[in-house]
Amino acid sequence: MGLFDFLLAKKQTATIAKDRLRIIVAHERAGRGGSSPDYLPMLQRELLEVIRKYINVDAEAVKVDLIGDGDSKVLDISVALPENPAQA
Amino acid sequence: MAEIIVVTSGKGGVGKTTTSASLACGLARRGHKVAVIDFDVGLRNLDLIMGCERRVVYDFVNVVNGEANLKQALIKDKRFENLYVLAASQTRDKDALTKEGVQKVLDDLATEGFDYIVCDSPAGIEKGAYLAMYFADQALVVVNPEVSSVRDSDRILGLLASKTRRAENGERIKEHLLLTRYSPNRVETGEMLSVGDVEEILGLKTIGVIPESPDVLNASNKGEPVILETESNAAQAYDDAVARLLGDTRPMRFITAEKKGFFSKIFGG
Repeated sequence: MGLFDFLLAKKQTATIAKDRLRIIVAHERAGRGGSSPDYLPMLQRELLEVIRKYINVDAEAVKVDLIGDGDSKVLDISVALPENPAQA
Repeated sequence: MAEIIVVTSGKGGVGKTTTSASLACGLARRGHKVAVIDFDVGLRNLDLIMGCERRVVYDFVNVVNGEANLKQALIKDKRFENLYVLAASQTRDKDALTKEGVQKVLDDLATEGFDYIVCDSPAGIEKGAYLAMYFADQALVVVNPEVSSVRDSDRILGLLASKTRRAENGERIKEHLLLTRYSPNRVETGEMLSVGDVEEILGLKTIGVIPESPDVLNASNKGEPVILETESNAAQAYDDAVARLLGDTRPMRFITAEKKGFFSKIFGG
């Protein structure tokens, strides 16, 4: 940096590039087939239907994810129960 | 067994052909028997970078179609007797290459005793790029430290992990990041993504960093792969990358800004 560089102070554009790329790459990876198989949305819907036979839960209460862990994969299903579950 | 290495990137103009030519020469210089294949059907260019454009008689598509045999189409390099070039066809027919045809050529090269087959992929994610990567054991993903190149590389990584023979067999292709046109000075001033930034975004280990260098254009003007310009930083960086690919450990060079002189320190520049 030279003594007079402050006169033409530039923005650190590499940081902006990195932040933008982090977001877009994560977004595009999430939308790609490999990491989330086609059947996940369907599985999520059907699980929700079954659970709703017994408990009144929101549509967002059931989360289904396939988590890669090295060579093995884990099917992660989480169900958030309402605070005072009423019979459906 | 021949090791098949695809040089790919998604985006055009980042240095795939330059890299393929230098990688092939670097491997051949170490005594390996190497074939380098141009998969860019319709836009042949590897021959120019290798300096053998006037010796192309038969090309890749001729071999696939049975119009010539492999021996007739392989162009022997003038510098290394164990290095051969298979040129792309200039045909406009995009379906000239088939998976079966490519497989046969690769199998025949392996039978001929080639140690390494370097596949120079075309830009994009169309059939040519797909065929170039399909049979690969390793992939060199060429990236410029620039947003569109990084994003496109991530698309390519997705394809390498799903649309290749290894992926279909439940195996992985060994993927390496090769950064080209790197300017340590601009990284230092915060204008360019650093090696670490790109590694972090793509989740990939770097096998080489090629500094921005006027020698790359000069070498291509002459039809001499830049790795052979031994005085050049770019050549030395390519040689390091080849050594790492073969299992050597070498420190990364040319990734820190040059020390500035007294005057430039005072007055900038």
